[in-house]
Amino acid sequence: MKRFFVWLALVGGAALFSVPFVWTLATALKTGEEYAKDPGRFIPLHPTLENFPKAWTALPFAQFVLNTLFITVVCTTASVLSGTLVAYGFARFRFRARNFFFYTMLATMMLPGQVTQIPVFLIWRNLHAIDTYYPLIVPAFFGGGAFNIFLLRQFFLSIPRELDEAAMLDGAGYLRIWWRILLPLSGPAIATVAIFSFIGNWDAFEGPLIYLNSPERYTVAVGLRMFQDSYGTNFEQVMAASLIHIAPTIVLFFLAQRYFIKGINLSGLGGR
Amino acid sequence: MVISRKGKPLLARESFWGFLFITPWLMGFVLFTLGPMLTSLWLSFHKYDLVTSQFVGVENYRRLFVRDELFWKALHNTMTYAVFSVPLGIVGSLGLALLLNQRVRGIPLFRTMYYLPSLVPAVASALIWQWVFNADNGVLNQALMFFGLPNIQWLQDQKYTMPAFILMSLWGIGGQRMIIFLAGLQGIPEGYYEAAMLDGAGTWRQLRTVTLPLLSPVMFFNLVLGVIGSFQVFTSAYIMTGGGPNNASLFYALYLFRNAFEYFKMGKASALAWVLFAILLVLTAIQFRWGRSWVHYEGDDR
Repeated sequence: MKRFFVWLALVGGAALFSVPFVWTLATALKTGEEYAKDPGRFIPLHPTLENFPKAWTALPFAQFVLNTLFITVVCTTASVLSGTLVAYGFARFRFRARNFFFYTMLATMMLPGQVTQIPVFLIWRNLHAIDTYYPLIVPAFFGGGAFNIFLLRQFFLSIPRELDEAAMLDGAGYLRIWWRILLPLSGPAIATVAIFSFIGNWDAFEGPLIYLNSPERYTVAVGLRMFQDSYGTNFEQVMAASLIHIAPTIVLFFLAQRYFIKGINLSGLGGR
Repeated sequence: MVISRKGKPLLARESFWGFLFITPWLMGFVLFTLGPMLTSLWLSFHKYDLVTSQFVGVENYRRLFVRDELFWKALHNTMTYAVFSVPLGIVGSLGLALLLNQRVRGIPLFRTMYYLPSLVPAVASALIWQWVFNADNGVLNQALMFFGLPNIQWLQDQKYTMPAFILMSLWGIGGQRMIIFLAGLQGIPEGYYEAAMLDGAGTWRQLRTVTLPLLSPVMFFNLVLGVIGSFQVFTSAYIMTGGGPNNASLFYALYLFRNAFEYFKMGKASALAWVLFAILLVLTAIQFRWGRSWVHYEGDDR
């Protein structure tokens, strides 16, 4: 009996949560005329797919996608490489102030971005790097963020030290151990880091908004905003464009579902 | 000159290599965190518009507290938002996790449907919800009309703007946070519940005495980060309302952004940033103090 009510609640809730999606889809499938005549109608009378190519070509979305992909790929690779190096240092070595630095790093997760936003902007401005991709890419080379480093460090701790030691007996240096032993065994953790990095960069708005001025450099997120600005009245196209922006993330989720869940277990935040 | 304690050469010492490996992070910390933090503090004592700069002492701060109505409005808006969206979000995520932890048919599908909204990028989410909240044609008002309730000008009526943002924030309760709760729930040994049942505890009792205490560290973690995150809401306000109507949705982060990147009042914006930082420090300290009374850590003998 209880199970039925639970099931009912879940269905009801799921329906509610889906409403914005369905509502968006319904609007995106309407022709311009139908939207103008009856914007509030739930089910389009003459559903059409024309808004998707229309939105895609109204603004250079292909360019936006390429830009965003460039940033994302570079950032993800840099995050993985530098993050695993740093995590290696925290996980496998003992040195003075190690714990101090580690907890400081964790503390930075609680820092509001605003405290560093302006001077960082001024730094880039002085380097004449405004309206380039440097401000968005370079930070990833310094560890990729506290959460990434934390996750990777936790994972490294779970890899038996014996493997390191065996490699050392064979004459491997520390760097070799990182490259040949730890990295290959860290597939799941690296995949998780990569996925969250992809999503983070694909979704990023404030950074690109601040640093990118030329439309040809825009990312998808900023391009979507620009689309809203210019084509706001053709809302059916705005909705179509929004769906285009959402699609890759959803697809990624379905392809790599387990890594979304794994990420939590790896960081040890869920269990005890 | 490196004086090695045990007489080992530098390159053979574990401590050297450990330090070397964390250098990327350390450098980034100094360049992008510590340095800028100190600089923004220094900036907050100046008037700077990218061209001229002038030392003004605590004038920026004084003006904020004494003369700047928008500062107080932004603070009020953001705190209102935090007070509602954070607890509601945590309770919602926890409740959802409890529901999704049941053995019911189609659970994986349900988990996916609740998780997906959290994957929607902020810009798209803002546009979607702007449409949901549309006063004339939005689905929310259509539902209200269906039940005979009056139309609400969600994003145009000052009274309802913040509730709209709070409502919107609840769309994501099935996201990462819920997954963390779910993992936590699944980590609780069945034996605890059995023992509780033997002692005669019903479902609610079990929840109170077994589940909640064991999940309290995770709840606390989410509370602290949730509060900090709620003070940084920017994109949705920027896209949906631009801060209006009449600054009803002027979030602190939006006000700061404007001062820095639209008015170029860098000194004032830096002061705003440090006030925010101070507020969050105090709030976090309060939470830690309060947490001591209800957060239960394993290994305690209670």
